[in-house]
Amino acid sequence: MTAQTVVTPAAGRQRRWNTAWLLLLPGGLWLTAFFVVPLFQLVATSLYDPSGSEELGYAMTWSWSNYGDAIDFYTGPLVRGFGYAAVATLLCLVIGYPLAYAIAFKAGRWKNLMLILVIAPFFTSFLVRTLAWKLILSDNGFVVGVAKTLGLVADDGRLLATGVAVVAGLTYNFLPFMVLPLYASLEKIDHRLIEAAGDLYASPVQGFRRVTLPLSMPGVIAGTLLTFIPSTGDFINAQLLGDTTTTMIGNVIQSRFEVGDYPAAAALSVTLMVLIVILVSVYIRRAGTEELL
Amino acid sequence: MRLGRWVSDHAVLAVALAVLAYTFLPIVIVVLMSFNQPASRAAYTFDAFTLNNWKNPCGPEGLCSSLVTSIQIGVLATVGATLLGTLMAFALVRQRFRGRSLANVLIFLPMASPEVVMGASLLALFVAGGLGGLLGFWTILIAHIMFCLSFVVVTVRARLQGMDSRLEQAAMDLYATESQAFWKVTFPIVFPGILSAALLAFALSFDDFIITNFNSGQTVTFPMYVWGAAQRDIPMQINVVGTAMFVVAVAIVFLSEMLRRRRERVR
Repeated sequence: MTAQTVVTPAAGRQRRWNTAWLLLLPGGLWLTAFFVVPLFQLVATSLYDPSGSEELGYAMTWSWSNYGDAIDFYTGPLVRGFGYAAVATLLCLVIGYPLAYAIAFKAGRWKNLMLILVIAPFFTSFLVRTLAWKLILSDNGFVVGVAKTLGLVADDGRLLATGVAVVAGLTYNFLPFMVLPLYASLEKIDHRLIEAAGDLYASPVQGFRRVTLPLSMPGVIAGTLLTFIPSTGDFINAQLLGDTTTTMIGNVIQSRFEVGDYPAAAALSVTLMVLIVILVSVYIRRAGTEELL
Repeated sequence: MRLGRWVSDHAVLAVALAVLAYTFLPIVIVVLMSFNQPASRAAYTFDAFTLNNWKNPCGPEGLCSSLVTSIQIGVLATVGATLLGTLMAFALVRQRFRGRSLANVLIFLPMASPEVVMGASLLALFVAGGLGGLLGFWTILIAHIMFCLSFVVVTVRARLQGMDSRLEQAAMDLYATESQAFWKVTFPIVFPGILSAALLAFALSFDDFIITNFNSGQTVTFPMYVWGAAQRDIPMQINVVGTAMFVVAVAIVFLSEMLRRRRERVR
């Protein structure tokens, strides 16, 4: 409080409290009305009578069986959704870490330029980018040709319309979500700690394993979450690069909603959300950092 | 020996450059395909060089109107989200009040939820509210403001937290009123943060497909157009738009980087 404001402390606190709420109110209401309330409606919809339709309306029958039915019927896509996302996240970590490391420690005055280069490709439309992968992985394309020569793909085999293509697309599209948090935490590391490890006769590899890597864990956790969560729900890559045997949970949710099978679609969405929340909280607990939230 | 040393020193850099090259591979394809004259409507392979796609970007029916829709929604969503989000960021950084952590959770959650779930739940709400027939421009806009909001708050908040609050106190010590101190000191300092938040919001809105797909009704945004085209035959002009988006965005980034450098040199 400055000298010229003549208010009693209590009145001042009251006023600040009011200001805070006035500032928060519009945005808070928006998020409540269009994020929180819809989530409750989603849960409600997932318990509607499955025999209803858009024309006749739905009755709330507390049909918990919607969940069992949906999970039974779509076990494959559910498992694939999480499996593909996990593999893609791991691949993002493996190729994203050296990139983030090089930008943080090796780029010198090229640091800003390299950071721009990391995000620049993602300025192009997500869908246009993914369609470009369709061309790269196409049956008579260069990549398939090389893979055949190396014996990685059978002579009559293909990459497009397989799980490999879907995972490749996911890995590509979510890479910046891995690199940027990794870079942010690597950049904060005090170089003297790494030098100290060297002075104490640690080899560069030991220094990395016991100093740099542990200190970059917040970035690893943030990056894996930011990559994993959106890729489990993604259906663009599976639709454009995969085929009917590679559908992910997102594809099923999307197509169920499209045909108007709202209770099943809602039950699957809630299942996806709950599984993600469980996985993420177990992961964060095991990784031992909660400062993220 | 010396060579081995050099290689191990630069191995990480080499891997990093390889990864960067990989991220640019699809961009090269997009640029290349924007000059492609396909052999047939169904073939998505490079056949012959042409400038026709660039001369006639609006050729395919519906492409340019979808772009206009995307830009309209993008601008309105940016204005809405930036306004609401900036106010929230100020409240969160500058005020101490009960319910702060609840507000933080409310802002964090949309960023941590998969887009399908957000899109699906909004659709469930609109349908349950009997608005299923009204899906379109306005429902897309509502959804876009919703998911851009959190990103605006986080961006502006970071800028505000980095600001030295003593500057404001100094202004008031020099007899500036509270509102003068705000508009002459605080706002100019925070403005770059608000601007980058707005740019981020526009980029997110313009490129969103998943949430839009659930709530669009008959309205077609650019990503929706590409999705539809991908099921039939893909007009090469979408690559023209993709290339243009890339060029414009890179130009904006370089321009702002140059301005930042010049400002730092003046200081």
